[in-house]
Amino acid sequence: MQWEVVIGLEIHAQLATKSKIFSGASTAYGAEPNTQACAVDLGLPGVLPVFNKEALRMAVKFGLANNCEITRRSVFARKNYFYPDLPKGYQISQMDHPIVARGELEIELEDGSTKVIGITRAHLEEDAGKSLHEDFHGMTGIDLNRAGTPLLEIVSEPDMRSAKEAVAYMKKIHSLVQYLEICDGNMQEGSFRCDANVSIRPKGQQEYGTRAELKNINSFRFVERAINIEVERQIDVLEAGGKVVQETRLYDADKNETRSMRSKEEAFDYRYFPDPDLLPVEIDDAYIEAIRATLPELPDAKKRRFIDEYKLKADDASTLTSDRALSGFFEAVVKEGEDAKLAANWVISELLGALNKNGMALADSPVTADMLGGMIKRIKDNTISGKIAKQVFAAMWEGEGDADAIIEAKGLKQVTDSGAIEKIVDEVLANNQAQVEQYRGGNEKVLGFFVGQVMKASQGKANPSQVNQLLRVKLQG
Amino acid sequence: MHNKTIAELSQSLAQGAFSSVELTQTYLERIERLDPQVNSYITVTADEALAAARQADARIKAGTAGTLTGIPLAQKDIFCTNGIKTTCGSKMLDNFISPYDATVISNFKQAGAVMLGKTNMDEFAMGSSNETSFYGAVKNPWDLDAVPGGSSGGSAAVVAARLAPASTGTDTGGSIRQPAALCGITGLKPTYGRVSRYGMIAFASSLDQAGPMARTAEDCALMMNAMAGFDDKDSTSIERDVPDYSASLNQPLAGLKVGLPKEYFAEGLDNDVASAVQVAIDEYKKLGAEIVDISLPNTGLSIPAYYVVAPAECSSNLSRFDGVRFGYRCDNPKDLEDLYKRSRGEGFGTEVKRRIMIGAYVLSAGYYDAYYIKAQKSRQLISQDFKQAFEKVDVIMGPTSPTVAFNLGEKTDDPVTMYLSDAYTIATNLAGLPGMSVPCGFVGQRPVGLQIIGNYFDEARLLNVAHQYQQHTDWHTRAPEAFR
Repeated sequence: MQWEVVIGLEIHAQLATKSKIFSGASTAYGAEPNTQACAVDLGLPGVLPVFNKEALRMAVKFGLANNCEITRRSVFARKNYFYPDLPKGYQISQMDHPIVARGELEIELEDGSTKVIGITRAHLEEDAGKSLHEDFHGMTGIDLNRAGTPLLEIVSEPDMRSAKEAVAYMKKIHSLVQYLEICDGNMQEGSFRCDANVSIRPKGQQEYGTRAELKNINSFRFVERAINIEVERQIDVLEAGGKVVQETRLYDADKNETRSMRSKEEAFDYRYFPDPDLLPVEIDDAYIEAIRATLPELPDAKKRRFIDEYKLKADDASTLTSDRALSGFFEAVVKEGEDAKLAANWVISELLGALNKNGMALADSPVTADMLGGMIKRIKDNTISGKIAKQVFAAMWEGEGDADAIIEAKGLKQVTDSGAIEKIVDEVLANNQAQVEQYRGGNEKVLGFFVGQVMKASQGKANPSQVNQLLRVKLQG
Repeated sequence: MHNKTIAELSQSLAQGAFSSVELTQTYLERIERLDPQVNSYITVTADEALAAARQADARIKAGTAGTLTGIPLAQKDIFCTNGIKTTCGSKMLDNFISPYDATVISNFKQAGAVMLGKTNMDEFAMGSSNETSFYGAVKNPWDLDAVPGGSSGGSAAVVAARLAPASTGTDTGGSIRQPAALCGITGLKPTYGRVSRYGMIAFASSLDQAGPMARTAEDCALMMNAMAGFDDKDSTSIERDVPDYSASLNQPLAGLKVGLPKEYFAEGLDNDVASAVQVAIDEYKKLGAEIVDISLPNTGLSIPAYYVVAPAECSSNLSRFDGVRFGYRCDNPKDLEDLYKRSRGEGFGTEVKRRIMIGAYVLSAGYYDAYYIKAQKSRQLISQDFKQAFEKVDVIMGPTSPTVAFNLGEKTDDPVTMYLSDAYTIATNLAGLPGMSVPCGFVGQRPVGLQIIGNYFDEARLLNVAHQYQQHTDWHTRAPEAFR
């Protein structure tokens, strides 16, 4: 049977506020356990939450960027359940009146076509702490530093039809939240993670199959693998005559399998009700418009502009606009180097290549945009060739200075003095009489050999087009 | 010394008739000698009190004292007090030393008041007789066989027994006014949002409100001057100017329109209580008030709505008491579930568990609309009743409680009858309105309270109305014989 896969994602993006969503404690990652948990985060008797309006601003920004409806009166609700890293015994979230309602976003598929994915809602909530099971001699340690960190839970419609589409959607949101500067997108630290609702149905069937919820997946690769493995499992179950049960499943990356966490029967009744400690959040049009005015150029618009303005290929434009910092870096290189094509090539192949190889982020690159632009300038004005430029780039990467300094220090300046080039050409021709005869006998392919020899003799510094021209003249003799 | 009001004590301290240390010692001595009969304090903070009194004396000497500087007060053990055990009347918090002060506590500290100790209360403020306390029942100083009312039973008893000049209470469904009535003292529950709830251990967040309990309305006004105001740590506290509550106490009452809701004088009201209240209302007529018969037709919804909303909120508020971070933890839990079940099972008393169960039930999937949503709608109807009434009258009067203090143990086996003792007080909490109880007579040796309900933020008027009555009556000056 032909099966159709149906996927919806719930993405949790930690909002990049300085302090927590309902307390003044810091949200910085990586501190000693329980040093960033104040009385409110600890859920001490008598404490009360006070809403951090910065989280509201960020949520509204996200909604506006996706043409979502913004709720004028949103309400915090308590989601009640017991867990040791949930200090109050309830999580403050939003249920019936989320801050962001229906919207949509366009993803690009591998074949270059696009698809619109519906966003059901996005709501604000507080993160829980962490349970630590190692190093406590069979006991469990609780770290509440993360408790109260603001989250935006972004819920999609079940609009995705393959793991690849799910990944494309997740990447799109990932890029967007960073563009909007509302989330640092750090997946290792758990700032951006997702749950996937996965079901299958016979192709052509209208109603959805029974879904399983895959919990807490924190990398793009795992999302794809977890969904594919779960789809295979569901197909096996159905084709063996069984039934998929509605349940929550955990993806085990080490074993590459999903396994049941709890079934629908065991599912919690969260007993949601409006949080009486917090007033409904009321916002007006002026507030919304003020935030709209702060929206940056978004990835899709930027990509179109890069294609129009810089005449880039769609692929390159996609790569360069996938990350706001990268697109900014690229534009700075263009400004300095005055050649968009060269800038795109150098950023995509050399710079990103070097960063990947060294496992580094753009922010840590030893080669700045000004340095790279400065080097491209020297390619354009024929001071160096593209080949020599690779040496220059490597030296810049090693911290040996900017392009001009390196060219000077290493004597890499291209030889354009025709007298000097002619001298080398004459020497090469004199030393390779046999090849000269071949050329003159009609084998023009040996021209490449002479070019190579001249370049070698000049240590790569001779201007290649001048070398070519001179060789042709001399060989035709 | 111990028969003086705050207003009188403040004057004596200023004049140097005695020092705050002497005054504090007097009370500490009385507590030590007399409290074993009443059981009104859970914790007495003698050392801290004397240290605070010495500081207060220095302030008085330096001329930087305020009205409350050097005045000893008792604080309900529901307010978190930095470095001092804060139990909320529960075994669950018997080992809990709060690392911070509630806003109410820090406000009093700033005013220079001296805390004598923490008063006994119904466990987590759930009760109308102070019999649910882990620390044992409080006895009514007027009759040691009777309950003091609840949940602020200890706070009412300390004032009646002259074991503190005044105290704080909290009122979720009548917990300031009902014990004030049953112990013959004056108590005010302010408008919801008038006094910060930060650091006050939550029972039902949308209903809880702290207020003063004292001998006179004048003293309540002095305490309100310190307690009331916006607190940026409490999102439900209201940003609104605080008047000087003492300033308008002496306004004449001529022309005051007093509404008497017929529902508050109907079946269930004890005849003797009704008579005492009627005499008080006659007194108001003499003072120039105009009496208007009114109706609050949805009064009957109060108790059912309250016993959905309050347990629902409490079931969630009390989830944090799980044996993980603070408070009672059972011995040798075998796993997480066992830790939760036994810590909570052993740490909470019966009434608390009953309300948590009711609350979890009314919030559960499939019942939420039928109970919680319906209760919220009832709440709106009740508020609407008051809104219409206050278009016609300035204040509403009636009995605070349908009966005088009942005997210890009399209603403990029948929670529903117990709940009825708050029949006249609950509606104001559901509507968020301010209400007072003022002593207005006795049935036998047990006191009767007159309830005065005001419009939103009309505390100054309530205090004025109560003060004028107290200028013409002496019920509030009476003290139980054993504690004079």
